[in-house]
Amino acid sequence: MADAAPAAPLLEMRGITKTFPGVLANDHVDFDLRRGEVHALLGENGAGKSTLMSILYGLYTADSGEILINGKPVEINSPKHAIELGIGMVHQHFMLIPVMTVTENIVLANEPRRAGVFIDEPTAEERVAEVARSLKFAVNPHALVQDITVGQQQRVEIMKALYRNANIVILDEPTAVLTPQEAQELFEILRTLTREGISIIFITHKLNEVLAIADRITVLRRGKEIETVPREGATEAGLARAMVGREVLLRVEKKPASPGELLLHVEDLVVKDDRGLEAVRGVSFDVRAGEIVGIAGVDGNGQSELIDALTGLRGVASGSIVVGGDDLTRANAREALDSGIGHIPEDRHRRGLVLDFNLAENLVLHDYGKEPFSHLGWVSPRRWLRWARGILEEFDVRGGGPATRGSSLSGGNQQKVVVAREVTRNPSVLIAAQPTRGLDVGAIEFVHRRLVEQRDAGKAVLLVSLELEEVLSLSDRILVLYEGRIVAEFPPDVSEEEVGIAMIGGRQREAA
Amino acid sequence: MRGPEPEPAVPGGKDPEEYAPSVARRLAFYQRAGGIVTPLLTALFAFLMGGLVVVSTGHNPLTTYKAIFEGAGLNWFFHFGNYHIDVPFTNHHVWFWWDTNTNHTAAYNLTQTLLTTAPLILTGLAVAFAFRCGLFNIGGQGQYLVGAIVGVYVGSRFVSMAHFPHVVFAIVAAAIAGALWGAIAGFLKAAVGAHEVITTIMLNWIAYWAGSYLFGRGGPLQNHVDKSIPISDDISHGAHLSAIWGNPALQALHSGIFIAVASLFVFYLILNRTTLGYEVRAVGFNPEAARYGGISVSRNFILAMAISGLFAGLAGGLDILGWQFRLGVLDVQVSNIGFIGIAVALLGRNTAVGVGLGALLFGSLFTGTSTRSLDPNIFPPQLAGNLALMIQALILLFVGADLLILYVWQARKKLRVPRTPKAAPAEEGA
Repeated sequence: MADAAPAAPLLEMRGITKTFPGVLANDHVDFDLRRGEVHALLGENGAGKSTLMSILYGLYTADSGEILINGKPVEINSPKHAIELGIGMVHQHFMLIPVMTVTENIVLANEPRRAGVFIDEPTAEERVAEVARSLKFAVNPHALVQDITVGQQQRVEIMKALYRNANIVILDEPTAVLTPQEAQELFEILRTLTREGISIIFITHKLNEVLAIADRITVLRRGKEIETVPREGATEAGLARAMVGREVLLRVEKKPASPGELLLHVEDLVVKDDRGLEAVRGVSFDVRAGEIVGIAGVDGNGQSELIDALTGLRGVASGSIVVGGDDLTRANAREALDSGIGHIPEDRHRRGLVLDFNLAENLVLHDYGKEPFSHLGWVSPRRWLRWARGILEEFDVRGGGPATRGSSLSGGNQQKVVVAREVTRNPSVLIAAQPTRGLDVGAIEFVHRRLVEQRDAGKAVLLVSLELEEVLSLSDRILVLYEGRIVAEFPPDVSEEEVGIAMIGGRQREAA
Repeated sequence: MRGPEPEPAVPGGKDPEEYAPSVARRLAFYQRAGGIVTPLLTALFAFLMGGLVVVSTGHNPLTTYKAIFEGAGLNWFFHFGNYHIDVPFTNHHVWFWWDTNTNHTAAYNLTQTLLTTAPLILTGLAVAFAFRCGLFNIGGQGQYLVGAIVGVYVGSRFVSMAHFPHVVFAIVAAAIAGALWGAIAGFLKAAVGAHEVITTIMLNWIAYWAGSYLFGRGGPLQNHVDKSIPISDDISHGAHLSAIWGNPALQALHSGIFIAVASLFVFYLILNRTTLGYEVRAVGFNPEAARYGGISVSRNFILAMAISGLFAGLAGGLDILGWQFRLGVLDVQVSNIGFIGIAVALLGRNTAVGVGLGALLFGSLFTGTSTRSLDPNIFPPQLAGNLALMIQALILLFVGADLLILYVWQARKKLRVPRTPKAAPAEEGA
């Protein structure tokens, strides 16, 4: 904030080093936090942000280095201890019990008691209300957590930390689950908190957020602290360079597209979500051979339902889907796959892989029933293993062989397995949904290169991503999905701002 | 540029399941972890606890267990000598290491153990197969009863049929009946999402009361000889399974044991060597990924339950055609072979070999503690029956408990070597 007096830092981490087998996760990292500031911790996946904060929160112990709170060295051995020291953490995935009320969740493990055993509900409610009042939170304390929005659940998490008297709150990628609107509300809350003297550590990899909310910014790259800078004077380009270690190429290198025949034709498609509401409302578009069409949009604007409908995983309410001449409007997943659809799903753990299967079994997930993978209903695991070995080599999957279980690979290698499976099936239309979510820079480049390769091999590629940069850098045409409709189409050289405006429904974005 | 790609050790994990794994996930984990050691320890602990109970009744647990061991006829394997067995369908006999004469107690007891083991293998498989598809089939008992009912019906009618076709007809009918009974639960799960635990329990009771009605006094399938006895007609002689070991008048071991053992192979082959098995396992591990892979989840739910029911129905049919030969209301009401199958499958970790060994263990335990087999001077058989049930319960309890132990062990390991991105945010430090 403006009155950031250079007092002694509230928290100091000095020379923190942490190694995991084969990985130097933190390499002599220094980090400090002043009272009442928002200090952003910026870095790519795997840069060591989470490890550093896990050390602070007592989940890991550092190999070397020290932590000082109010100038006094402390040893934090457990989250419990961290909480006692006034450190609260809001994880990316909330640790709330859905069937309990807001109040019950907040006081959990720290309940005011009567006669030692009974929960003193009136006192609990009063204290929760007090916390809520001081922060001007609008959350019904009697509501069940499962009934409130994700944004509200996040507030409950923050209240939980404050209820335990935290004066340092760590937020791990807090906007990942929020809509832009909710993110703005979160920023308001953070400003209120800092006015109350609470310090915030804000873990993120999104540059615009950092510039919107942080007072100071520390950039980590591959476990090393690269720089700590005040927001004033920081630029997206400068931070990006610090994060990645080189000038960031926003555009993937590729030749201009030469679109050929029409392979995917979608017309007036209407798809309902799980609640029966129209999530996709009359979408029409074409994807031709040899082009990448990107669909940009804020999460929850119908992307998942659109992909599910195209891949036969969800029924179509009306409209039509035609793939290379086959009408797939009423097709199930099997028929869609057999008609030449390839699908890199957005969630590789939930969908893309059977984590308990070995890699060979995962690679045959679509075609186990076809020759040569099976014959008259009989399968040959040995042949699968032999065949898979070659595929894994070709796609440079590391960390295991064909008999390794899917769950023991790193995220990047898991995604390579998914990409390998979809690409080797030789589909005519490849649908890639958030294909680089949670991947590090090497794996991202791999996936992007493969997508461009597929385009150049004459496939129709449909890329659906929440990362605007990804859509902009890969696509030959860009469609913007907003509230279930395609509201704009852009050529590849469009500016990020123009697409961004369309993504939020044409309104000017709030100045960041 | 591209070094090794360290997955960030994210304590905030990506998958909410890691914080609160589902029951199926935990059991699946139990299935993998610890190899053969954990089920052995599980059984050992259960027997140790059972031994304490024996002590508390003022008996010596060692001699009691020895008596149970001998009551099960397992000591038969340890008496070697110069004996011979008949070669089937000829007048020849060949030298054999063991004495097969069932006039001797050990051999006779062993036939009785194997007689119990056969249906336990099948009801164990009934639970195991569904489990591999992610379903908890509590309905083995109902499927077994339906198989027995149909077996006794077909066996006691169609008396003009020749021996072999009659037996085959009865067995196939019993198996199909069990399959259909199981498929009902699978269908309800697939169609309306009704939980299979609830529906199979309900189907158990339906089978129970259906049997009680059909063979009860005045029931449509009550015997034609003595209307005061609530029991079925005897099955025709031509429908008996041939005895392979022992005196048929004294409940000999019948050829059904071969069908049961063969079922273990079939179970293994279906799961590991067929596309159906691949689908079943995919659905069991991750239904959403299976669906994405083009596999019909509902079809597999129905099929897996049908195959499960088929195993259990087969058990019912074999028991009727092999040694019971009739089915009374009392049989229907006291039978619990389907429920023991749950313990067999869990102890056997839903694998073919495990189920085979688990069935042998429980078969021995129940035969060894039966009034007929156990030496009353060493341990009162009235108590022994309860001891068997207690050990069974303890095994189930420990299967649940070592799940817990393994889980904690895994969580600890995760904290210590957080190479996987799954460090559990446990409240205590590493």
